[in-house]
Amino acid sequence: MSQEASHYYVPAPSPWPITGAIALLFMGFGAAFSVNRLPLGYGLLATGFAILVYMMFGWFGTVAGESESGKFNKKVDKSFRWGMSWFIFSEVMFFGAFFGALYYMRMHSIPDLADLDNKILWPDFTADWPTAGPGIQEKFMPMGPWGLPALNTLILLTSGVTVTWAHWALKLNKRGQLKLGLFLTFALGFLFVGLQAYEYSHAYSEMNLKLSTGAYGASFFMLTGFHGFHVTLGSIMLFVIWCRVLKGHFSPENHFGFEGVAWYWHFVDVVWLGLFIFVYWLI
Amino acid sequence: MAAIPDHDVVHGAEHAHDHHPTGLMRWLTTTNHKDIGTLYLWFSFIMFLTGGVMALTIRAELFQPGLQVVNPEFFNQLTTMHGLVMVFGAIMPAFVGFANWQIPMMIGAPDMAFARMNNWSFWLLPPAALLLITSFFAPGGAAAGGWTFYPPLSVQMGIGMDMMIFAIHILGASSIMGSINIITTILNMRAPGMTLMKMPLFVWTWLITAYLLVLVMPVLAGVVTMLLTDRNFGTNFFNAAGGGDPVLFQHVFWFFGHPEVYIMILPSFGIVSEVIPTFSRKPLFGYSSMVYATASIAILSCIVWAHHMFTAGMPVVGQLFFMYGTMLIAVPTGVKVFNWTATMWRGSMTFETPMLFSIGFIFLFVIGGFSGVVCAIVPIDVQVQDTYYVIAHFHYVLVSGSLFAIFAGAYYWLPKWTGHMYDETLGKWHFWLSMFFFNLTFFVQHFLGLAGMPRRIPDYALQFADFNMISSIGAFGFGTTQLLFLYVVLKCIRGGAKAPQKPWEGAKTLEWTLPSPAPYHSFETPPLVK
Repeated sequence: MSQEASHYYVPAPSPWPITGAIALLFMGFGAAFSVNRLPLGYGLLATGFAILVYMMFGWFGTVAGESESGKFNKKVDKSFRWGMSWFIFSEVMFFGAFFGALYYMRMHSIPDLADLDNKILWPDFTADWPTAGPGIQEKFMPMGPWGLPALNTLILLTSGVTVTWAHWALKLNKRGQLKLGLFLTFALGFLFVGLQAYEYSHAYSEMNLKLSTGAYGASFFMLTGFHGFHVTLGSIMLFVIWCRVLKGHFSPENHFGFEGVAWYWHFVDVVWLGLFIFVYWLI
Repeated sequence: MAAIPDHDVVHGAEHAHDHHPTGLMRWLTTTNHKDIGTLYLWFSFIMFLTGGVMALTIRAELFQPGLQVVNPEFFNQLTTMHGLVMVFGAIMPAFVGFANWQIPMMIGAPDMAFARMNNWSFWLLPPAALLLITSFFAPGGAAAGGWTFYPPLSVQMGIGMDMMIFAIHILGASSIMGSINIITTILNMRAPGMTLMKMPLFVWTWLITAYLLVLVMPVLAGVVTMLLTDRNFGTNFFNAAGGGDPVLFQHVFWFFGHPEVYIMILPSFGIVSEVIPTFSRKPLFGYSSMVYATASIAILSCIVWAHHMFTAGMPVVGQLFFMYGTMLIAVPTGVKVFNWTATMWRGSMTFETPMLFSIGFIFLFVIGGFSGVVCAIVPIDVQVQDTYYVIAHFHYVLVSGSLFAIFAGAYYWLPKWTGHMYDETLGKWHFWLSMFFFNLTFFVQHFLGLAGMPRRIPDYALQFADFNMISSIGAFGFGTTQLLFLYVVLKCIRGGAKAPQKPWEGAKTLEWTLPSPAPYHSFETPPLVK
């Protein structure tokens, strides 16, 4: 670790942001073409994604290098803390939109569809949850909380403990415990995603529970799906941090890269608790 | 990065010019807040002209009854894209451009907190704009469900709607990164001694705007994602047969949409609050009440969204809550208007172009504010919902509100940005022509709306012919006048009287302690604020 810089570090011109913009240009058109089954769609999407991954390697690599060479002073560190906090807050709001949709359907639209006004249209519909709505007749089974979801809760909560255990180790400069703790954390994360994938395939093949299963199917898959996506991202982030630890990065005093990912991991954990209660348990 | 004990800002700036790419690469890779601010402002102006051409095509069609210029499908695409381009392409990026240029200079910072991410925030805009604009050429044309893209209409449309959805995703990512950058810069990079309550009001309004952006842009991303999956992946969020509800879309959309209108007006309050004290040569009257009023407006803006939905069906209790909540916003807004007026009271006023636009802003924004209170009253709103009265209302707050403040800010800071004074005579012409043609365009639309002319329809009954003709003439006048602004700006960049460090004798904020044009890096050594 070299000496701390005394000026706020303003990076030199960088090729990475424009690379990322080109990536999203490809991905935007690729996604629009793909969902409409136009030729080139998947090709554009894959190209954009590849450019995005390349950009992330370059950009994050640059930042890690700057951090390790001591270019960041305390003020830069504080900026990172503010930035990560508000990013997580924006993620909370994103999930809020989907939780809001779930509550609205359960508390408003489904009771409304079952009330006297709509008896002419759907005389037999009652406001029970879970439901696929009045117009979808296919039978399905809801996903209960005990069993795999409960096991997944245990897995995520345990990973929250292991990441904290790793953080303590980092602060006390116990590198062995740090490596083990981080390894366990992302291993548990990937295990969670694997079990979630198994749950999905079970839902589709055995329970006839699909994305198209009305209000219940939409809210179930979109909420757990976006959560699973975030767990995947978080696990990849933890893996990257683990690789940096193996390379000897981070010191007991200076390791915001680690902390930011740990914050993100706890956020993913908390969202899961909300999901477990409102999506799995209270049905 | 050795510590340079250097208190001479000009010298520090020269030192910083070491190894920067030039030409196109300078703009593609820049991490400089001024470069990025310039990019934002030019992008915004190009989008302003693009959206303006759409508006003029709309007004050409509405010049007289019957269908003359465009077919109805294309007309719907134009109204939709005009709204989206102006909101997301013109007004919001213009304010972010101001934020980029001014916030570091006004708080005594060397640059934005995340200089590289700042570049990404800007360069995400052209891909999104490309998605929006090229959707006109896609099969079925651009999105045509109105800028609010309500389902079930928006669930049924073609690929143009998907392109719009992904454009909004990209724009949302840009806005969220931009606002996180602004919040962090303001909270973490102020010069020593600049406490929160010593910040210039422009910085305050942007801090609160950025909070609003972080709060609501992810919700917009969520709702367009639901729309995307309803369209393409079989979900039933907005489909009653599946237990969903089209009104659910409206709730989530307006939870974003209402704070969004304050996102587009709060920074203009900030600009006007800088300009009026300067040209009244008095400190801003009631500074702290201005801060609290801004915060109150932001908080209230989050709990009034359903006033856009009074005719969608809602319990009376809900209507009352949203009606009174909305009317309550008039209180902090009134505080601001009285404070601006009190600032001018017995000041040594002069009327340079920024001041003219600011006073024009106060007059016309108040008209838009009043018609907003009218729309908030449920029984009246039921009558004027989706009529030209609403169009007139929000153009009074968005054009003579936001846009006039943008012009005020541009004239106010052009000497600092370019190092030259703009042409005062032409600036005044720009103001008076804008003022005249704006009112010619939109004032009559109040009458059209009250008489029942619906929005988003390419044809109308004969009784509306006269006012529509007047409105169209006004629109073409207003559009042409904006080319004058372009000319004034270009002339100012290329030359003109040399601007002193502080061209406005009443100006008090930190950016006027820097030379004009401002050096490449603002404050490498932070100034001490007493």
